[in-house]
Amino acid sequence: MTTRPVKIYVPCDAAAGSVGADEVAHEIERIAGCGDTDVTIIRNGTRGMLWLEPLIEVETPKGRMAYGPVTPDDVEDLFEAGFLDGRAHTLAHGPTEDIPYFARQERLTFARCGLTDPLSLTDYEAHGGLAGLRKALASTPQAIVETVTESGLRGRGGAGFPTGIKWQTALAQEADQKYICANADEGDSGTFADRILMEGDPFCLLEGMVIAGLAVGATVGYIYIRSEYPLAIATMRRAIDIWQETGLLGPDIDGSGQAFDIHVRKGAGAYICGEETSMLESLEGKRGQIKVKPPIPAIEGLFGQPTIINNVLTLASVPIIMSKGAGFYKNYGQGRSLGTQAFQLGGDIACGGLVEKAFGVTMRELVEGFGGGTHSGKAIRTVQAGGPLGAYVPASEFDMEMDYEKMSEADAMLGHGGLVIFSKDVNMAAQARFAMKFCEIESCGKCTPCRIGSQRGKEILDKIIAGENIDDNLIILDDICELMEKGSLCAMGGLTPMPVRSAIRHFREDFEG
Amino acid sequence: MVTVLQSSHSRIRQICAGYDNRPDALIEILHDVQDEAGFLAKEALVEIADALNISRADIHGVVTFYHDFRLVPLDGPDIRICRAEACQAVGAECLATHAAKTCDTKITAAYCLGNCALGPAVMMDGKLYGRVDAERFNQLLKQRGET
Ligand SMILES: Cc1cc2nc3c(=O)[nH]c(=O)nc-3n(C[C@H](O)[C@H](O)[C@H](O)COP(=O)(O)O)c2cc1C
Ligand code: SF4
Ligand code: FES
Repeated sequence: MTTRPVKIYVPCDAAAGSVGADEVAHEIERIAGCGDTDVTIIRNGTRGMLWLEPLIEVETPKGRMAYGPVTPDDVEDLFEAGFLDGRAHTLAHGPTEDIPYFARQERLTFARCGLTDPLSLTDYEAHGGLAGLRKALASTPQAIVETVTESGLRGRGGAGFPTGIKWQTALAQEADQKYICANADEGDSGTFADRILMEGDPFCLLEGMVIAGLAVGATVGYIYIRSEYPLAIATMRRAIDIWQETGLLGPDIDGSGQAFDIHVRKGAGAYICGEETSMLESLEGKRGQIKVKPPIPAIEGLFGQPTIINNVLTLASVPIIMSKGAGFYKNYGQGRSLGTQAFQLGGDIACGGLVEKAFGVTMRELVEGFGGGTHSGKAIRTVQAGGPLGAYVPASEFDMEMDYEKMSEADAMLGHGGLVIFSKDVNMAAQARFAMKFCEIESCGKCTPCRIGSQRGKEILDKIIAGENIDDNLIILDDICELMEKGSLCAMGGLTPMPVRSAIRHFREDFEG
Repeated sequence: MVTVLQSSHSRIRQICAGYDNRPDALIEILHDVQDEAGFLAKEALVEIADALNISRADIHGVVTFYHDFRLVPLDGPDIRICRAEACQAVGAECLATHAAKTCDTKITAAYCLGNCALGPAVMMDGKLYGRVDAERFNQLLKQRGET
């Protein structure tokens, strides 16, 4: 038995907690309390290998050794097998960073996630944190914006709009007050990367927001987090407190004389509030109804002032771009999709989790190479890419390269990078119906094609599923889809036809009774 | 010594004042009031409207827009079963049917709880659970009953 002090990492992440990480941590504490070894438990973020959660790591002279998935009942056995020395066990995976799923990733935005104690500023700095902010503080607003533009960074919230251009617009505005809003509404099914980052490396988001503030001349930031993420909300609030106490937020950031404050706002269960104009309404305490653009938020946003709205991962990618340079970042990726994307594997998948890879990786590599096929062991039939408004992709198209342009050429969408895997058991008419139903539930109600179209679409699909006049009803459904696509004010109504039409196009047999 | 019992009336004023009575904090205020009282009573909404100097109609519009807010108390624990696509792919619909049969309390549908790699996902009183099949659901309910 070892005599040196031992650090054991047990993730605090909500997904790890959902399968018993807290209970495992208690059990380790209890058993360690009876032994002679000096054991410290650190609650880190997740490494993103969610199928191995609770994945615990023991620090040894040979590096951090992984064990998982661990249940409380396994803990005693692990102690007996000598896991404090990193010894073998049926749950052992060797050094965490040698696990192929992890080793084959390109971790830029998520470089620290899972490695550190999320709320330790010492850990944060020791692993490259604050380097980007310090460079930004020594730089001019225009130079920061140029670095971001040069890096090729595009919005990770779904639309892929070039971040530098958005920032340039806000920088050019004359205003008494400007705002930075982090969009942490992450409503798409199959996505959880924003959550993992906020729970596992919250300072990284703060750093990105402060840099954005310095770049465009904003002094106040809001993080709009969905209410379904209580742990992310609590973690971000504590992270902000820590930064305020240490002077990294407030009237004089890091002694620079520049000011920035950040507030957390909690959503209230409306998917549409992820759309930027709806989010701004919600931040003003109103119904989350979409607003007509222009004016764009970068010119007239929150409280009528110039406002940058960026996804959590867009902002969290900024610190590494600042610290390592635009050239470093744009070395990853291909074409006009530069850098890395946090792909998320969910649904019926054997090895679900977070995979950060340069753009251009194929869907097959993600789903089969990383994901290892289905959890159920059945054949894969389809993948829904890009959330509830994204297309269903058939297995015959899995060689699709994952970048903004290539996916759109294939009538699909990258969105926020979520991939939901379905086995052969899925019924695609039911999935098409769900797309319409979801739109019916979540429509903000402002425009008719979406509000009424989704209801009629659902009813027509009910008829098709019941086998009534299938051919005629499919024509009507196509008409409704056309109308929603062309006539909706925002992408909620405008993209709901994407899953519906892709399901019909690729899986017509499921609509024929 | 005089003990002043705090009425819910002044408690709501206090919550609003904590946000400087700012109308843009309405959603935060509604959350706080609902978290404490379990639901949003009509009297509470009148009180908030008054404190923030906004109309009752505006508040009604906000409360009814957001799925989180309720005008009546829950009749039991707050149980949400995720019914979105990733959980559908691993049997969320079967779980929901099972839960409706076994549970006396009303169960809320959620659309993604951010646990899509470990579905079906369920949230009970704010705590997230993953890989919840019918058996685990029963266990969780039992545990809840015991605590
Ligand atoms: C219906 C709908 C839902 C959306 N949900 C989100 C979301 O949850 N998170 C997000 O970052 N962007 C979401 N967006 C995109 C935002 O409107 C906006 O484009 C984005 O936050 C901009 O940030 P980015 O440029 O960094 O991507 C949504 C858009 C629509 C139409
Ligand atoms: S498309 Fe739907 S969500 Fe978007 S503005 Fe119209 S009604 Fe609202
Ligand atoms: S779809 Fe159920 S947790 Fe995301």
